[in-house]
Amino acid sequence: MGRPVAIIGVGQTKHGRRMDVSYPDLVREAVLRVFEDTGLTPDDIDGVVSGTMPSMMEGVALTHFYFADAMQAVGKPILKTETCGSTGVSIAHTAFYWVASGMADIVLAVGHEKMNEGDSQATMTTVCEPFYQRHFVAGAPGAFSMQSRVWMDNFGIPEDKVRDAAAYISKTHHDSAFDNPYAHVKLRVTIDDVKNSKIITYPIRLLDVCPNSDGACAVIFASEEAVRKLGRKKVAWVKGIGFRGEEYYFGDSDKAVWQSAIQAAKEAYDQAGINDPRKDLDVAEVYNPFTFQEMMFYECFGFCGFGEAPDLVLKGIFARDGQLPCDPSGGTLCSNPIGATGLIRVAEAALQVMDKAGDHQIPGARTALGHAMGGADQFNGIMIVGSEM
Amino acid sequence: MAKEFRTLLTEIKLPYELAYGATWTKFFEGMKEKKIYGTKCSRCGRILVPARTFCPRCFVDTDEWVEVSPQGTVLTWSYANYRYFGMPMDPPFISALIKLDGSDVGFLHIVAGFDLDDFEVVRQTVKTGMRVKAVWEDERKGHIMDIRHFEPL
Repeated sequence: MGRPVAIIGVGQTKHGRRMDVSYPDLVREAVLRVFEDTGLTPDDIDGVVSGTMPSMMEGVALTHFYFADAMQAVGKPILKTETCGSTGVSIAHTAFYWVASGMADIVLAVGHEKMNEGDSQATMTTVCEPFYQRHFVAGAPGAFSMQSRVWMDNFGIPEDKVRDAAAYISKTHHDSAFDNPYAHVKLRVTIDDVKNSKIITYPIRLLDVCPNSDGACAVIFASEEAVRKLGRKKVAWVKGIGFRGEEYYFGDSDKAVWQSAIQAAKEAYDQAGINDPRKDLDVAEVYNPFTFQEMMFYECFGFCGFGEAPDLVLKGIFARDGQLPCDPSGGTLCSNPIGATGLIRVAEAALQVMDKAGDHQIPGARTALGHAMGGADQFNGIMIVGSEM
Repeated sequence: MAKEFRTLLTEIKLPYELAYGATWTKFFEGMKEKKIYGTKCSRCGRILVPARTFCPRCFVDTDEWVEVSPQGTVLTWSYANYRYFGMPMDPPFISALIKLDGSDVGFLHIVAGFDLDDFEVVRQTVKTGMRVKAVWEDERKGHIMDIRHFEPL
């Protein structure tokens, strides 16, 4: 793991349709907030990590150049990390590596996206194989819907039960978003609203799907020495990280017993000393752009057995007052500026263990998991943080 | 009411010429002859469709060519009912992963040949595990759409 690393502060923009700001100004909004949160200045930063989804999302290539000023990266080393939807977690990993290696003491990580400026699904479809697969994949919802069906069929889960559990997840996350000042979608929905909403890519309906959001997130990672020097008490120590990929072709590997998700979690758990995640974790920010997929992550992360997630969801095990609250921020389902999203999951996990999550704080949270997924079900990344080193 | 600020409408158009290379050229030449080719990995023994130059797991060349069946079994499917800019298929359509007989991986294409506008018909008709067969275009150009779609057997 290298030397100990902590998250000492986070900054988020209000996520949403942000046509009130230019893209660089949006990035700066998050960066200013993390400086405000930590009391640091750009002079304190040893290096900057940035990342987005594919550049055609906003039509500007190599956005870390575009945002060098907004991130105050001039005169500093800068890195860009991109792993599609898991970009945000990969940015966090990159910043962690940088500090853990001893090559930097304080690193600024910034994720950002402005999905309303282009066509998100047209952009995302360019991630898919151009000769054989791009025609048919129907954007992110298409790939994830096919995956959800593999899961239901593989474990013989009745479709009606999955439908009910997914609607429960949608309703409760939409309710939670009202307690998160940065969340995009603030909408009261009923179970029936979800079940009767328009089919996007069956079985997924409109209220099972995340929005197109504009937003940015900035997080500052610091070494133990820096934490001590700055006299910080409330920090989130990085306890474990995991990342795994799979083959590129959609159809080459099993997406129900989803190895990249399983192995990424295992790697992080081994480092963090977590044996029974449902008991040992106090809160999880699981990447959930689609309600159905969220349940698959619960299973792959060992929160429950395979095929069990819908039953446990309906029992409230993963609700705000349940045994392992998942996505009390409203999650990706209610805000998804993709390049920022994974970093938001890590930031929200950090806020929880720092006891700074405000109205969506899980009381007494000490260990939290942040996660994101990228590609056509190809990558999964995890970061576990804790209140104690 | 939030103040409205100006926006710039702009566009980027770029032409591309993507090289197929030897393996995919042979695959698409086969499509013209109504043949679907896979390649077999000499180490793990899997037959990969579409044909690959190398096995992504074993990292060895796959030099044995195998013609697989135009019939197969639906592994999973989804009914796409929304549109994005430049979408190559007109919705609604049914994406499906199909395990062609004689192959070991899922082949991504579409299932059609019945009334797609009535979702209840779709739900009654399309099931995981259903058997389908390729329906070929009369005029084939060596393109993935030389298979018009897969239809229920």
